Amino acid sequence: MLEGLLIGLQTALSIQNLLMVIGGCLIGTFIGMLPGLGPMSIIAIMIPVAISMGDPSAALILLAGVYYGAIFGGSTSSILLNAPGVAGTVASSFDGYPMAKQGEAGKALTIAAIASFAGGSIGALLLMVFAPALSSVALLFHSAEYFALMVVGLSAIAAFAGTGQVAKALMMTLLGLIMATVGEGALFNMPRFTMGIMDLQSGFGFITLAMAMFALPEALFLVLKPKTTQESQDGEIKNLRITGAEAKSIAPVIGRQSLQGFFIGVLPGAGATIASFLGYAVERNLATKEEQEEFGKGSIKGLAAPETANNAACTGSFVPLLTLGIPGSGTTAILLGALIALNVTPGPRLMLDEPQIFWAVIMSMFIGNLVLLILNLPLIPYIAKVLSIPRNYLIPFILFFTLMGAYIGQNNATELLLLVGFGVAATALRFADYPLAPLLIGFILGGMLEDNFSRSMQLYDGIGFIWERPMTLGLLVIAALLVFLPSFRARRARLRAEGIADGD
Amino acid sequence: MTTFSLGRRALMATALAAMAFASPASADGHKVVDSIHFLIPGGAGGGWDGTARGTGEALTNAGIAGTASYENMSGGGGGKAIGFLIENADSNHGTLMVNSTPIVIRSLTGVFPHNFRDLTLVAGTIGDYAAMVVGKDSPINSMEDLMAAYDADPSATAVGGGSVPGGMDHLVAAMTFEAAGKDALGVKYIPYDAGGKAMAALLSGEIAALSTGFSEAVDLANAGEVKIIGVTSDERVPAAPDAMTMKEQGIDTSFVNWRGFFAAPGLPDDKLAMYQKALADMYATEEWEEVRARNGWVNIHNSGDDFKAFLEEQEQVIGDLMKKLGFL
Repeated sequence: MLEGLLIGLQTALSIQNLLMVIGGCLIGTFIGMLPGLGPMSIIAIMIPVAISMGDPSAALILLAGVYYGAIFGGSTSSILLNAPGVAGTVASSFDGYPMAKQGEAGKALTIAAIASFAGGSIGALLLMVFAPALSSVALLFHSAEYFALMVVGLSAIAAFAGTGQVAKALMMTLLGLIMATVGEGALFNMPRFTMGIMDLQSGFGFITLAMAMFALPEALFLVLKPKTTQESQDGEIKNLRITGAEAKSIAPVIGRQSLQGFFIGVLPGAGATIASFLGYAVERNLATKEEQEEFGKGSIKGLAAPETANNAACTGSFVPLLTLGIPGSGTTAILLGALIALNVTPGPRLMLDEPQIFWAVIMSMFIGNLVLLILNLPLIPYIAKVLSIPRNYLIPFILFFTLMGAYIGQNNATELLLLVGFGVAATALRFADYPLAPLLIGFILGGMLEDNFSRSMQLYDGIGFIWERPMTLGLLVIAALLVFLPSFRARRARLRAEGIADGD
Repeated sequence: MTTFSLGRRALMATALAAMAFASPASADGHKVVDSIHFLIPGGAGGGWDGTARGTGEALTNAGIAGTASYENMSGGGGGKAIGFLIENADSNHGTLMVNSTPIVIRSLTGVFPHNFRDLTLVAGTIGDYAAMVVGKDSPINSMEDLMAAYDADPSATAVGGGSVPGGMDHLVAAMTFEAAGKDALGVKYIPYDAGGKAMAALLSGEIAALSTGFSEAVDLANAGEVKIIGVTSDERVPAAPDAMTMKEQGIDTSFVNWRGFFAAPGLPDDKLAMYQKALADMYATEEWEEVRARNGWVNIHNSGDDFKAFLEEQEQVIGDLMKKLGFL
């Protein structure tokens, strides 16, 4: 292994390859900030460039830089503008955006950068040491377990079911699940709930819905309620640095989520999105009662958890790619295409036949992560300055940004009508104090939930899989605990405060 | 979540490529097309994906096309991408959509309002045999074993595939079981939304066998991860000489899933001719031969009107089959 590491390092540390990774990180970060272009599309853009270089190691190093840059860029727009460009960064906006609104944009970006770096690097370390052993883990889950895993992911909505909001949060989740059924499902030949409208055949676009639920209502709120959103308008970016106490409180979160995120990423049917929601839900439950109150309102733990988990999961998704030759996510599928074009066939023989490629991939991950951190920490104050732009310039900028994001996603003008329609509806819902995040969580997980549920139903001729498969049952119990434990604890505390609690 | 921009993206790719490096291809004299954007109607890692990326690789490496970009748009057995191409026809003159037998199946079932006649037919380029695949540790080693397992417990012998029920992978499985004298509709077929995910399900033991494209299985079979127990070709395929054909095992089935390229309706004639020339020129190149051999594809070139006639004949053959099997 040491020998392999040295080969990898030697390759990665040449001047040409270092320039590649720096260029890749910069390109990835800046294009990744645009909501319509996630890591997958940016890598697809860069692949012709990478392939034309002809050297597989250099190409991989460039793509790794682009990849990590794009993930970080996506988090930036989630945190600063509440405009998550990819599903994996939706959870980052839950607490990242409130922090930015409270004038702590710089700190939020710093936490995001550090959490991403840690998640990615620890993930790469795990990949390096355990990749061959993990190929069996990748095949541990059947459709039944994926279904249960999606249910655990749904429990992230508990964070939005604050006092008196449980019914509202549930209603919004159900609405999201219902919206996910529009269009042609993967399992049926029939379009559903399209009302014969051609544009609905493909279902609602993720970007359109994310912009309509999060970014557009923010912009409208800036117009409608100018007084209440003054905090971030004073032009001052406070608290760029995180304090020692804060670092101490997020360190265990980063540690746990690096592991959890990585293992979820290893599963070919899960990925960064599930990992980020699960990380958010789990860390909220592990937090103390006072910290739990903070979740959804600007908790540093609530930001660190999904940021770590989604990066670790992205790294984990390389396990099935490199050891089995199976792409578990869209991004790894594109990378598989690039590798094949470079005459490298990933699979069980890659480590034996072409160790230098395997080690180059691993080293490029470490270097991509490190260079990204070094490049971005000094840039953060300037990026965060976006928020100090005067309102009369900022609002048109956000509007342009969201509309463009929805359009370049599909190249379809109908998306703009849908965006504006849903955006207005979402704004009305916000005035009535309905949480919008559960709707988006339901929408994102709904499709996968349904596919895996109906596959399991077919395989087991009914819902028998729930008790016939212990792991499925176990995951569902965890989901129930994640949802009910906090409210149970809160209820007990309330009763105790009233002096009628059990026994004391 | 598969979202991309189209012309704009190709433009950016070109611009970036031009900024960073001089494209080696542009020095070549054979260039027919500046850039091609491939629209792939299925998930990444599947058969359509491999065809589009392989074709793009050969075209760009041989210098016939300047750059190639790819977009995966899965959903509804390919219907999503067809709808997209028709809806956004005017802005997609730079796009070629890869498609195959399923487009014929869809036009037959009439579930989807469009069929291949609503698109501009560019050319059919290759064929891929279908294959029945099992995991490396499976006790099943031949079609006979699979049929025996099915007879013993039909409910536990689930066959998976990367297409919707009534789609091509299902059709091939049903066809094979029918030819082996079993009740084709009794086969428990489990659909997955991408070839990669179906393969993961096979390796995890969720399904007993996988009905898939030969080219999707051949790499993993050569790596020893899966066993190909039956191929729907007439003769054994050189890319996997150990894999038995269905016919060898007494199952009288042969099937070729053609793959080809379509463009948006109303594509100007000069552009159509340009794409057809690019694809026709490709066959003579070494780069194409390399991609073709690696994937075990069979060259079946049908351009323009030949392609139309070919599709209409396929429609007839598959229609009869589907009626017989009770899918229509």
